[in-house]
Amino acid sequence: MSQQLQQRDGYSQLAMDLLAKAKRSGATEADIIIADGETFSVQVRLGAVDRLTKAREKHLGLRVFVGKRSASTSTSDFSADSLNHLVVETCNLAKAVVEDQVSGLPEENQMAGTWPDLDLYDPTKLNTEQQIELAKRVEAAAMSMDERVTNSEGADFDSSSGRVVLGNSHGFLGEYQSSSFSMSVSPVATDSQTGAMQRDSWYAIQRKFAKLDSPEAVGLEAARRTVRKLGARKIATQRVPVVFDSETAGSLMGNLCSAVSGYSLYKGASFLAGQLDKPLAPEYVTVYDDGQVVGGLGSRPLDGEGLPTRKTTVVERGILKHYLLDTYSGRKLGLASTGNASRSVGENPSVGPTNFYLVPGTKTADEIIKTVKQGLYVTDLIGFGINMVTGDYSRGAAGFWIEGGELAYPVEEITIAANLKDMFAGIEMIGSDLVFRGRIASPTVKIAEMMVAGS
Amino acid sequence: MGELVQLTSFGLTEGEVLGALGRVKVRDVDYADLYFESCVSESVSMEESLVKRATKSVSQGVGVRATAGEKTGFAYSDELTKAALELAADTARYIANSPSEAGRVSVPVNQRPTRNLYPIERAQAEVATADRVSLLNAIDAEARRYDPRIKNVMASFNTEFKVVVVATSDGLLIGDRQPLSRLQVTCIAEENGQRQAGSFGGGGRVGFEFYHDGDRHLRFAREAAREAILNLSAVEAPAGVMPVVLGGGWPGILLHEAIGHGLEADFNRKKTSAFSHLLGKRVASEVCTIVDDGTLPGRRGSLNMDDEGTPTGRTVLIERGILRGYITDKLNARLMGIPVTGNGRRESYQSVVLPRMTNTFMLAGTSDPDEIIRSVDRGLYAVSFGGGQVDITNGKFVFSASEAYMIEGGKVTRPVKGATLIGSGPEILTKVSMVGHDLKLDEGIGTCGKDGQSVPVGVGLPTIRIDEITVGGTQG
Repeated sequence: MSQQLQQRDGYSQLAMDLLAKAKRSGATEADIIIADGETFSVQVRLGAVDRLTKAREKHLGLRVFVGKRSASTSTSDFSADSLNHLVVETCNLAKAVVEDQVSGLPEENQMAGTWPDLDLYDPTKLNTEQQIELAKRVEAAAMSMDERVTNSEGADFDSSSGRVVLGNSHGFLGEYQSSSFSMSVSPVATDSQTGAMQRDSWYAIQRKFAKLDSPEAVGLEAARRTVRKLGARKIATQRVPVVFDSETAGSLMGNLCSAVSGYSLYKGASFLAGQLDKPLAPEYVTVYDDGQVVGGLGSRPLDGEGLPTRKTTVVERGILKHYLLDTYSGRKLGLASTGNASRSVGENPSVGPTNFYLVPGTKTADEIIKTVKQGLYVTDLIGFGINMVTGDYSRGAAGFWIEGGELAYPVEEITIAANLKDMFAGIEMIGSDLVFRGRIASPTVKIAEMMVAGS
Repeated sequence: MGELVQLTSFGLTEGEVLGALGRVKVRDVDYADLYFESCVSESVSMEESLVKRATKSVSQGVGVRATAGEKTGFAYSDELTKAALELAADTARYIANSPSEAGRVSVPVNQRPTRNLYPIERAQAEVATADRVSLLNAIDAEARRYDPRIKNVMASFNTEFKVVVVATSDGLLIGDRQPLSRLQVTCIAEENGQRQAGSFGGGGRVGFEFYHDGDRHLRFAREAAREAILNLSAVEAPAGVMPVVLGGGWPGILLHEAIGHGLEADFNRKKTSAFSHLLGKRVASEVCTIVDDGTLPGRRGSLNMDDEGTPTGRTVLIERGILRGYITDKLNARLMGIPVTGNGRRESYQSVVLPRMTNTFMLAGTSDPDEIIRSVDRGLYAVSFGGGQVDITNGKFVFSASEAYMIEGGKVTRPVKGATLIGSGPEILTKVSMVGHDLKLDEGIGTCGKDGQSVPVGVGLPTIRIDEITVGGTQG
């Protein structure tokens, strides 16, 4: 299946025109990204509409190379005058920086020729009343589950769609469309005795409207997660096994993803620099980044430089096998791009995950918790206490104390600390509960031991 | 006096703007505004001793907003045409359920802010790229000269220049020009196969000359290098509850996370903040007075006017330990019947106004900083931090040290690795027992995130002693 367009629409023509203009202004190579889209967001609170937001937007990003010098620019102003000026300015900016021997477009033969339809676009258009109704249903479900749910930060229903046009001076031209539908609610629960409040939230997000969980299911889960936090206390400082629920384990995969990003590696700013083909974790740990999952939230047929996306084995049976790379960071490390260029308009390409996940094991979360005599079940993490250069990890946490294999009581105002290298090496069990709620996902994970600081 | 900003720079006439405003301000709309913004951001960055990246972004657009009761209707467009304005206006007023006949808005007077907190000699856009490149090259050389163990220097210089015009249904047509820039340096040090990083940076609503004043850029380079080298010898941080002394300046992020967010009016109107019922009550010790002040010249968090056209001010949040006030935007001030404090801010025309902090700091006390350290038998002395975060509902907040030392027997001893500190907002300041006379504001690096919107902010703190807080190290 190919989506190669037979008939070039306005943006494709615009891309070709600007690339030609860049060449006339002194660029030896150039690439361009044009993105446009529309979003409609509804927020309700306590049963009434709180906020409606509607917008259409468009952006254009241009990157030029003048020999080995390069610069990037972007604009939301598509008037002919402004774009002509932008091309000239980008070339001048490139001439003002120094030469960088490895800079340049990907090789021509690396460009995607055809690409699959990954089923990322749903043309469903919801009207204002429908979205308001859906948001109200999510919140109503959350508010009705338990009388301790007393308040709400609000519920949202958002829909958005857009397309991306990519082109470069090799003559490459690619385009794809995508959409997303999401809902969330943040209930607040009150402890009737102490007056102490807790808040949590739950959400659902899909590329296709029809695949979303029901508003009632999302609302009930949000309420369940909020109410169970009431009565949380501190625990004593101690070293114990720690079980991360699938949400917080996903954040550990996010940390791994940053550490295997080509840019931090060649700068020596990652604790995984120089670790390729070395053991990272036990042999039951395998991690993939897969850009071609049909309907995936992180899927895209093309990366930000127009290369085909693919499935990359990051960790295979515990061994670190591949970094995530774009053309530039790959060349810096003497490796080929893995098709992970991520391009936000106005920035140089960087490296980003597609669908990045830890392969699930066979145990349920409950079975994993049952193996812990005394320990911590983490459901919330806050703060940014991670040093990617050393892997030192120290974050605020909340969750439940595990006593004799059971969740005993909620805990809060504690920190958990270790080094990420030891945490990955210390993965003892992996759950079966892998669900994608974003680009990065993980099942429940048990780590042998971490320092918990409390009272 | 601020400069008069003309709508014509957005290619629109006053008539068109008032027409659109009238179209939004239908009968049941309490308040409406149009926010026009154009923004040019530029960045140059260096690594491996090469200034090899330069970027520039241009954006412009209009945000149209209507509020009715607690409801907000909002639309934005990057097309600055009469048709786009009218479409946005129709979307925004949808929430009022009013008949669509145009409302009447009083003809505003074209005003300018009554002060200029950020007069700059040379607009950043006029600084040649070559000058920015040589600034970064000098930083690279200085950091490497500081210590041969510095193996890589990453530096970036970012500037932004915003022109905004706000037209409001309460009779304002007012504009501002808002420069902002930041210089950031990160050094990687390496010794015996071990690597460490150190970072330093600063800036504000200042001109390019700021970075050369007293060779400020070279000081930033040395500070980043010093922190990286220092951390090479850092030992594991302790875990558990202990006294902590915070150094002056950027550690004021404590106030931003522990107190500031919880005092933003929206959370308190919705009664979802841990501070919702505490106005007039004691939330800090007698030695603590905390203000939010958007009027400090040249500061990163300062503004001549907020994004609703209200002049920024100085709001006392906590006075000698007693909670005195919230920070507000127009919507929340109206709904709560409290004063507008000039804290209505938005990231861009694409985002709604929220009550946000400007520069938040604790006033100086009377203690001698050395005496504060001497008072601690065993504890932590933390002088630099990375980010922080707060859950405003249960009040728990964290902030993470990037440069810290043990205090043993009243003396600062070994450097320790970074650790996260966690506490409870309404309680933590009651444990502040000493406040130094050395108030310092940060160097100008703070960016605050809320509801997905980032805005520049400042913080400040004298040296303080917190009698107990949980320190999240690895050593029990």
